[in-house]
Amino acid sequence: MAVMKVHGSPFSTSTQRVLACLYDKDVEFQFVNVDMGAGQHKSESFLSLNAIPAFEQGDLKLFESRAITQYIAQEYSDKGTQLLLPESNKTMALLQLWKEVEAHQFNPPSTKLVFELHYKPLFGMATDTAAVEENEAGLAKVLDVYEARLAQSKYLAGDHFTLVDLHHLPNAHYLMRSSAKKLFDSRPLVSAWVADITARPAWSKVLDLQKY
Amino acid sequence: MATPVKVHGPPLSTAVSRVLACLIEKDVPFQLIPVNMAKGEHKSPDFLKIQPFGQVPAFQDEATSLFESRAICRYICEKYPEKGNKGLYGTNPLAKASIDQWVEAEGQSFNPPSSVLVFQLAFAPRMKLKQDPSLISQNEAKLEKVLDVYDKRLGESRFLAGDDFSLADLSHLPNAHYLVNAAERGELFTSKKNVERWWGEISSRDSWKKVVDMQKQAT
Repeated sequence: MAVMKVHGSPFSTSTQRVLACLYDKDVEFQFVNVDMGAGQHKSESFLSLNAIPAFEQGDLKLFESRAITQYIAQEYSDKGTQLLLPESNKTMALLQLWKEVEAHQFNPPSTKLVFELHYKPLFGMATDTAAVEENEAGLAKVLDVYEARLAQSKYLAGDHFTLVDLHHLPNAHYLMRSSAKKLFDSRPLVSAWVADITARPAWSKVLDLQKY
Repeated sequence: MATPVKVHGPPLSTAVSRVLACLIEKDVPFQLIPVNMAKGEHKSPDFLKIQPFGQVPAFQDEATSLFESRAICRYICEKYPEKGNKGLYGTNPLAKASIDQWVEAEGQSFNPPSSVLVFQLAFAPRMKLKQDPSLISQNEAKLEKVLDVYDKRLGESRFLAGDDFSLADLSHLPNAHYLVNAAERGELFTSKKNVERWWGEISSRDSWKKVVDMQKQAT
């Protein structure tokens, strides 16, 4: 099979999502660093609504981190960690369901919080405290649902770590290093789950890329 | 004979209509169970058992209980591959990957600004709620940029994911329909040549016309 290439930045949460998947699947790939400072991600060669990450394998070109991870998890189902629940239509449906929950319920407030609490200070911009309050309240409601869910199953979609949990890693990582950490700490099952998923070796490898 | 699947929610809801369109494309029999949102039924303890976020739709197929419209659509396509439109979710991994990509694009880039506009322009007036003009103009600008990307893509490809109508196009129907027919924002689609052609094709599918009929009967 043709070599897999990922274009992106190790400092971007959506690129990190794809990298975490590749490391957990233990597959070879080439990482092409896109320097966001140089405006490379805005060039026309990336036909995309969000230019990074971009994925290539031979003729296949994909964007959208969650479509890329789905493809990798499926195509390399028999390599590395099993990131899907292929046993039945029902288990696969539950996986898809909780993938959507991350994308539509967890992602919006957590992305806004990561922007306010991590990226803005990095760029010397002022944090909007009203936006932080609003999004912490929104995220708290989502984490209440997670707390109830994790009482029924060890990981969000089932009893082993899957793409669903993986998709949360980038935002969860930055939130745990911010004042929003309290939202996780105050919910025991959510707290234990975050500690578990962020301790995975594949996630450490993603963070290592930031050192170069 | 198999029990029809159950969809809980009003057909006027964009997410509910996404599932209805998929069920009709796939020719899968279903029972639509009303949920009176004006009376807060979607927040009742019984409903929260099947949808913990208190949103519609909720879905049941015998012992399988699901929510999130895009996950429900994928489930329907995977469980009933031989029914109705067989290519709706692709018939090989590469086609499926392309469809997944554009369903994600719909969910991440098209849905947020179009949902705000649908609520502000179509629902708020009918619910006698105050509109927010700056929110409207911000989201119109965002949606324009998204549709610029779509226009370029649709100049190279008949439908978003390739040559055939797929879940990716279907996913756009509910919000786009309201923007064109209830929010007076048809120009967003008609001002771009390829988007206009695409909108004309996907909105005239029999399955979507049936969903629109269900919405009309519900008012």
